[in-house]
Amino acid sequence: MSLSPEQVRKVAALARLELSPDQLTVMAGQLNRILDFVDQLQQVDTTGVEPMAHPIPVENVFREDAPRESLPTGEALANAPNRGGNFFAVPAVFSDE
Amino acid sequence: MAEPYKIVIGLEVHVQLLTKTKLFCGCRNQFGLPPNTATCPVCLGLPGSLPVMNRTAFQLALRAALALNCQMASFTKWDRKQYYYPDLPKNYQISQYDLPFSAEGWLEINIHPDPKKGHTPKRVGIIRAHLEEDAGKLLHDESGRGGDSRVDLNRTGTPLLEIVSKPEMNSAEEAVAYLEEIRLLMRELGVSDCEMQEGSLRCDANVNLHIPRSDEPHGYAATPLVEIKNLNSFRSVGRAIRYEAERQFSAFQNDPQNYRIGRLLKTTAGWDDARGRTEVQRHKEEAADYRYFPDPDLVPVTVSPEQIDAVRREMGELPSQQRVRLQTQYGLSPYDANVLTAKGRPMVAYFEAVATILNDGKQASHRISDLVFPALSERNEEMESFPIRATEFAGFIQATATLSKQDRVDLFTHMLEQGVNVAAAMEATGLKPATFDEATLRAAVIAAIGNNPKAVADYQSGKTAAANRIKGEVLKANKGAPNDLVQRLLEEELAKQ
Ligand SMILES: [Zn+2]
Repeated sequence: MSLSPEQVRKVAALARLELSPDQLTVMAGQLNRILDFVDQLQQVDTTGVEPMAHPIPVENVFREDAPRESLPTGEALANAPNRGGNFFAVPAVFSDE
Repeated sequence: MAEPYKIVIGLEVHVQLLTKTKLFCGCRNQFGLPPNTATCPVCLGLPGSLPVMNRTAFQLALRAALALNCQMASFTKWDRKQYYYPDLPKNYQISQYDLPFSAEGWLEINIHPDPKKGHTPKRVGIIRAHLEEDAGKLLHDESGRGGDSRVDLNRTGTPLLEIVSKPEMNSAEEAVAYLEEIRLLMRELGVSDCEMQEGSLRCDANVNLHIPRSDEPHGYAATPLVEIKNLNSFRSVGRAIRYEAERQFSAFQNDPQNYRIGRLLKTTAGWDDARGRTEVQRHKEEAADYRYFPDPDLVPVTVSPEQIDAVRREMGELPSQQRVRLQTQYGLSPYDANVLTAKGRPMVAYFEAVATILNDGKQASHRISDLVFPALSERNEEMESFPIRATEFAGFIQATATLSKQDRVDLFTHMLEQGVNVAAAMEATGLKPATFDEATLRAAVIAAIGNNPKAVADYQSGKTAAANRIKGEVLKANKGAPNDLVQRLLEEELAKQ
């Protein structure tokens, strides 16, 4: 199984990544090696094996509905590239995004 | 149906769950907090943080799905839905994809053209209900200069129940009735407060038309599906559907050949309430590529039949069951039972207490709608804080049985405005039942007997019903006189004839 440059471009676009032609070639090679590895896994006979929803056999982990302290606003916004007042500021968003 | 087409409507409803905290972290789930004061590493999507499911959110979701008659899955899991948007800090939403916790339900609505006159039940199918997290709030720059948008992440990660109906509603009225029933159900169950203005109930409508046409394989042409967003009130849901149906029909008439089934893809449109029209936002050329996969941070949840039974037990009476019970137990009309049910459980409890004291459900229901409904809306008050409690109200009805409707309203208003009891209100307003002493009434009975020799003769010849003519005359001249006293006096005086 091999990804076409077009498919790699699409995956990059979905992840909002801009790739130069060189980077595209590198990424295509790396992604294809991952797919090759998955192809190898596909060869295992899984007849009669239940699909696995989670790798560890644990179910029903809940927490009680009790409030805990949130971050101070300043800390919450500390990593924001831009802020406007107590908000994160982002370039104008259009509804067809 | 007057239109030469059938409207086909499916609704996608999101309700915010009434939990104290978010779905996967302990931040508060509360409307109206100052911006970005309810966030933490989990809901900000910071590296290394781990979500843990809120038990109450899952319980509320189970309760809602059971009330929607859904099949409950014994095994459910959560998936990541990937997309990029500034209000979604993780770049994926935790949702449910292929194994939602519930599916295949239905909700009954009343589609009688005049709901005051009758009840025509219709079951609207529900495809699935699943639990997911909400996104944050994006505030656009309104100046028109293209300034930055601002993001408030308080809402990020709060619990949402998504309820997807089948495309089984066929008019704007049915869609609104469905929403009203969902809202009532969710409020009665304590699942959500369903305030559309605050966004705790949101609705997108998928609308298209089936237009009869013999050359189509199904016997009809279908217009392309339009998903209407930005619906901020029940009224706008109705208006938007009506507008969109007419728009699609005229577009079809302009170019019928282009409207073969499956020819065009789904379009997203926004409802512009001020202009009263839908505006196309985008045409979907292919299914959105969300690349769902199971969220490795969350473990699956299993639900046993015993758990479902327990949730069902604590659910209490559903509105649909209550409507039937009010009719059978108290002899109410379907309409009166619907109205009381729509007002919520505290009102129904009030009604039941009054009806029990009066031993008359119909009278209790009519007096409550004459007096209590208008007083509550006038005073902008909830039933729970209404000062005249059920026992006092029943006493009021008994004490004013012989008064005219207007006098009763005036007295009731006085009681509410002055905060006094019925006796004090009667004293202050002079609006009280006339009092009748026995001697005066006996004289009136004797006079009436004298005026009606024919009725007396009929009575004496065995036609006992003739006495009613005499009694009627006495009661007419003495409005409000106690019927049983007049009856006794009349029998005594007739015996002397
Ligand atoms: Zn949080």
